Amino acid sequence: MLKNNELTPEALRDSQTYREWGLTDAEYQLITEKVLGRLPNYTEAGLFSGMWSEHCSYKNSKPVLKKFWTQGEQVLEGPGEGAGIIDIGDGQAVVFKAESHNHPSAVEPYEGAATGVGGIIRDIFSMGARPIALLDSLRFGEPNDAHTKYLIEQVVAGIGGYGNCIGIPTIGGDTVFDASYQKNPLVNAMCVGILNQADIQKGQATGIGNAVIYVGAKTGRDGINGASFASAEFNDAKESQRSAVQVGDPFMEKLLMDACLEVIHDHREVLIGIQDMGAAGLVSSSAEMASKAGSGLELNLDLVPQRESDMTAFELMLSESQERMLLCVKAGAEAEITQVFDKYGLDAVTIGKVTDGHQYQLFHHGNLVADVPVDALATKAPVYQREKKRPSRLNKQSHHQFMPRIVDATGALKKLLQQPTIASKKCLYETYDSQVQTNTVVKPGSDAGVIRIRYTDKALAVTTDVNGRYLYLNPRVGGEIAVAEAARNIVASGGQPLGITDCLNYGNPEKPEQFYDLDESAMGIARACQLFNTPVISGNVSLNNESNGDPIYPTPMIGMVGLIKHQRDITTQDFKQAGDAVYVFGETGADFNGSELQKMLTGTISGELFDFDLVTENQNQRLLLRAIQKGLVASAHDVSEGGLITTIAESCFGNGLGVNLKSDLPAAHFFAETQSRFVISVTAAKRAEFENLMEPYATYLGMTTADDRLFIETADQNFDIKVSFAKRLWEGALPCLLK
Amino acid sequence: MKFAVPVFPGSNCDHDMVNALRDILNADADLVPATTTDLAEYDAVILPGGFSYGDYLRSGAIARFAPVMTAVKTFAVTGKPVMGICNGFQILTEAGLLPGALQANRSAQFICETSELRVCNVETQFTSDYAADARLQLPIAHGEGNYYCDDATLADLQANHQIVFEYVTNPNGSVANIAGIVNRQGNVLGMMPHPERAVEALLGSTDGLGIFKSLLAHHEEVAHA
Repeated sequence: MLKNNELTPEALRDSQTYREWGLTDAEYQLITEKVLGRLPNYTEAGLFSGMWSEHCSYKNSKPVLKKFWTQGEQVLEGPGEGAGIIDIGDGQAVVFKAESHNHPSAVEPYEGAATGVGGIIRDIFSMGARPIALLDSLRFGEPNDAHTKYLIEQVVAGIGGYGNCIGIPTIGGDTVFDASYQKNPLVNAMCVGILNQADIQKGQATGIGNAVIYVGAKTGRDGINGASFASAEFNDAKESQRSAVQVGDPFMEKLLMDACLEVIHDHREVLIGIQDMGAAGLVSSSAEMASKAGSGLELNLDLVPQRESDMTAFELMLSESQERMLLCVKAGAEAEITQVFDKYGLDAVTIGKVTDGHQYQLFHHGNLVADVPVDALATKAPVYQREKKRPSRLNKQSHHQFMPRIVDATGALKKLLQQPTIASKKCLYETYDSQVQTNTVVKPGSDAGVIRIRYTDKALAVTTDVNGRYLYLNPRVGGEIAVAEAARNIVASGGQPLGITDCLNYGNPEKPEQFYDLDESAMGIARACQLFNTPVISGNVSLNNESNGDPIYPTPMIGMVGLIKHQRDITTQDFKQAGDAVYVFGETGADFNGSELQKMLTGTISGELFDFDLVTENQNQRLLLRAIQKGLVASAHDVSEGGLITTIAESCFGNGLGVNLKSDLPAAHFFAETQSRFVISVTAAKRAEFENLMEPYATYLGMTTADDRLFIETADQNFDIKVSFAKRLWEGALPCLLK
Repeated sequence: MKFAVPVFPGSNCDHDMVNALRDILNADADLVPATTTDLAEYDAVILPGGFSYGDYLRSGAIARFAPVMTAVKTFAVTGKPVMGICNGFQILTEAGLLPGALQANRSAQFICETSELRVCNVETQFTSDYAADARLQLPIAHGEGNYYCDDATLADLQANHQIVFEYVTNPNGSVANIAGIVNRQGNVLGMMPHPERAVEALLGSTDGLGIFKSLLAHHEEVAHA
């Protein structure tokens, strides 16, 4: 028997050490009095701290998540499993989910980002799907201090380091810079997979006596109790929490993925369930698998593959070592399964079995070290209805829209193109392999990434979006806009939106004003999802994104997948040839609050958010999709941050074409961020049919040209700049800032 | 014509290569494990891209000890074509089947983009389908593609026309803009760009087809000679 320095149950109670693991006094009491009827020992209290963390239990966000619309006839699997699944016809389905790795990335950016990617990939293949695409939604502070530059460089390197090595293309995402994220960057990774519906897996452990098999990397002391760490508020003292960050090995995960998919495809008659060991590692995967199936479970921790000596039960259960999976396999078929993993050189060890009853029992060195009801761990965490109060920042808002005075339109454009959020992100995404697997039709840099579905005429469009500034000014409308913009990107690429995943990044929900942001924006997201028929099928919640008391902007990242029915419908944002007609589709208003221009001119954003109408948005999207499917559209680009002028400039950059346009609007309006708009180009041959269909919503602006000149005559002054020069500014800004 | 595509643990362009060969070129292609010791039944061997053995230690440094590499060496001696793409090129230099080495990119970063290449030698069994001096658009995706060799080796490569592809704009710092070389006998090719990613117009380029068509044509010629 090893010497054990763990506190006795009484000492644990008296010292209140459980508080350091994130358990409150009330939760500890609940465990003691209601759940166990005795004091929990050190290991048991640890299990509860991991399983009852926000990350695993959603105890603060459950009432909010219930508001989401998760139905829809296309949904095969909604929230609750490793990832959600949507039917795409022909017996196939798309699987996707996003997950945040914000806190680990703030502390150890390379490994934090890398393991975020690794974790979300496991969620996808645990469902039986082959991962086919990755996206990353990143938020950093303004890139002008050394620490922020270090974070950017390391996070991007970590994403590339993992995704490139494992061989899954990174085909999209979004990156935004704002002081709001200076000390609390956001790193949200999304993975998309595809499967035959016959291969759909569940994370469950049924059948008394069936084997629980541990596969993959050995368990070490990395990331111990990381779920609790991720669920806590951040402060400077946490710089010392590096040991709570895991270390990734994409080579190991590649082998693990291939081996698991081989088991799923070729041994389905003996495989009962499979689940990733993610947050709260071994305890969460095993307890969830048993609880979902209504089973009990018994594990012998001496059998767990370990890479460090003298690990305690607490450490073994709460380690978040990466690249591990848990399988439930029919009794007697253990050897059949372990042989597959042997072939890949991976550990596969039977560590326990499904038991009668509902107890979760752990044995270590011959002793029973934990004996708790399995449902208590997996489903009985308390749920908190947090207090909600309208934030004072909203009560103090000006009701007027900011009115920019633009005296030099071209000069303002030049400056805008160099704002880090507007500037090209090429220097970041060109470090990701976007083409491996040879399915990538539209690479990063367009509205959405597009991958074809091999051996079909179909393709998938994928995007991530959210503008935290809009949510800061109006959480509910900002939430609606986040979904709307994602859908706009899918539609502009020729796709029909299918569904979303989300990462809900907010501050501390125990503060009523911050809970207001979470709750209101969830209602906005829910309403938009219902209208666009894009159910929420998976997601993750990241709360306590605060640094020394200051929360980030409310930032619910929306990851959306759309189906392109015919590959001929795939549309990109680039103008295609000189002589095409250019239109703006949708009305332009004087909508400047929260805009990039307001930020650029005043240094901040303020005022009431502009009006937004979901119904108009939906109508415009449907109409554009019809035009695309009729073959009338040469290019389409959604209008978002930076307004019409940014959209037009970006459409010129791809093929180096110019434009000669004329508009009744004043120059300032070209920077407005009115929603529900697109810039569209149409060949001469299709103009009449296009105008017929789109009247009166599309406004003709002029023609594309073969000249190296962006020229727009507005009501008061002209935009006039060489396209090549504008592109140099736009592409050069970020590399220059990051030097 | 029958191709073998050895799969090392960590290879990740193996399926892309087999898909290109089977679906686009209607050729026979097998994925063969790194434990394979005999390749005699095949007409050509292509080492695919990826991160063999995680590229731990150094790209290709561990893969060269895999059993299949002994078979590849035996195969190469017979004069049949051997080709290494990206990680496959790195493995071929580590194994001594091609001269030189591939270092970290000058930028010290992984780079994924379409690069323009010039075909410098169309008199190889890998390039006969191309016009002299043809310009190709081929994807690159590597962190260690910066080809290095000493001056004497470079002089040798030039004198023997072993430089097959060069970059029009050098993306990684390679000596003499080298993107691909053959051995002195002309039957072993290593190149950093990915021709298997450029065989379908839908995905942006079909400029990689010429390499495979050259191999197929050469095989026909030999068979009918």
